[in-house]
Amino acid sequence: MLAENKKKQIWDWLADVPDPEIPIVSVVDLGMIRKVNVRNDAVEIEVSPTYSGCPATEVIESSILAKLNDEGLAAVSIRRVLSPPWTTDWISEAGREKLRQYGIAPPVGSASKRELLGKGAVHCPRCGGGQTTVVSEFGSTACKASYKCDECLEPFEYFKCI
Amino acid sequence: MMKKEDALLAYTLRLGDNALIIAQRLIELVTHGPELEEEMANANFALDYLGQARMFYSYAGELEGEGRKEDEFAFMRAEQEFRNFLLLEQPNGHFGDTIARSVMFEVFYLMQLEALVDCADERLAEIAARAAKEIRYHLRHDSQWLIRLGDGTEESHEKIQSSVAELWRFTGELFAGDEIDEIMRAEFSGPDLESIQAAWRESIAAILAEATLQMPDDQWMDKGGRTGRHSEHFGPLIAEMQYMQRSYPGLDW
Repeated sequence: MLAENKKKQIWDWLADVPDPEIPIVSVVDLGMIRKVNVRNDAVEIEVSPTYSGCPATEVIESSILAKLNDEGLAAVSIRRVLSPPWTTDWISEAGREKLRQYGIAPPVGSASKRELLGKGAVHCPRCGGGQTTVVSEFGSTACKASYKCDECLEPFEYFKCI
Repeated sequence: MMKKEDALLAYTLRLGDNALIIAQRLIELVTHGPELEEEMANANFALDYLGQARMFYSYAGELEGEGRKEDEFAFMRAEQEFRNFLLLEQPNGHFGDTIARSVMFEVFYLMQLEALVDCADERLAEIAARAAKEIRYHLRHDSQWLIRLGDGTEESHEKIQSSVAELWRFTGELFAGDEIDEIMRAEFSGPDLESIQAAWRESIAAILAEATLQMPDDQWMDKGGRTGRHSEHFGPLIAEMQYMQRSYPGLDW
């Protein structure tokens, strides 16, 4: 197989590797895969961890290895890439839509402008309402904050902009 | 004169020790939060620090090249081998004490990390960039609490004022650089502690003013973290932290 085709195939496989804490999105949706390098039979995946202490990092790395081994690739290695640091700006459009359907409001605004808790309105992922209130800047995982919709009154999680 | 490679290793270990020891203190508070939001904030912050410690220790292991891994640095070194600031090993006390300790450290640590982002050692610069994002968030949260407590009720004001006063003597050490800091600055364009000290004072003064609190007068400053001379609180802290690896060396799961 040509290296370019092989790379494309690997990207497709990686799109099936879920985030262990938010399984609706894949590691590709989250923008954690920086690069796929193919040299002869050896494959190297460059992965950016999200938060320093994210306990999912190791699970994600081993699921990537397991997935690619299952697809018949033997010589796979993972390289952690810290720079530039991962940002929610790298979450794909498809990933944002999946988060919304899952009940998690995707990050609003741009991390480069340090808009941690969305300067713009955070819309309720259930009813779409724009009147929402921060309940807590923290949530069930390091990456989320807790919100409440003032229109449909449902609580929901917001993926912080970092 | 110390070799520059040795200074880089020692400096990286100090960064790891600071992150690990404050992580351990915050971990002690897990399930003891005063309210649910603080419980989550605290656990999230402890996890960030622990993650940062792991990155620094892993790098230190590579620099040292003797096969030591993160767990060996964290769990198999003796008390005197740790180089964290005395401030970080001080007991959690009440909620205000914990917040005051965090704010004093985080203002410094964020400045240190922001300076390291531009240093000549690529790996430290990368870790610093990752960590700075997290600490910016911690500091925002913790300083808001300091302001709320200071500018709160008469009782909260009095309590947080005495937390700041009690911990003040541990802040001099943050800026009392030694040969290792010198080499980091000269050879790796690392942080300039003198300018950080000025910026720290300014930043702390602004937070305290907003909190309607007095900035303590300068006084005798305690130190010892950089040389491994710890306060009496450190022994029990690492005894608990290291218990598992000491009892079952090499334990893994």
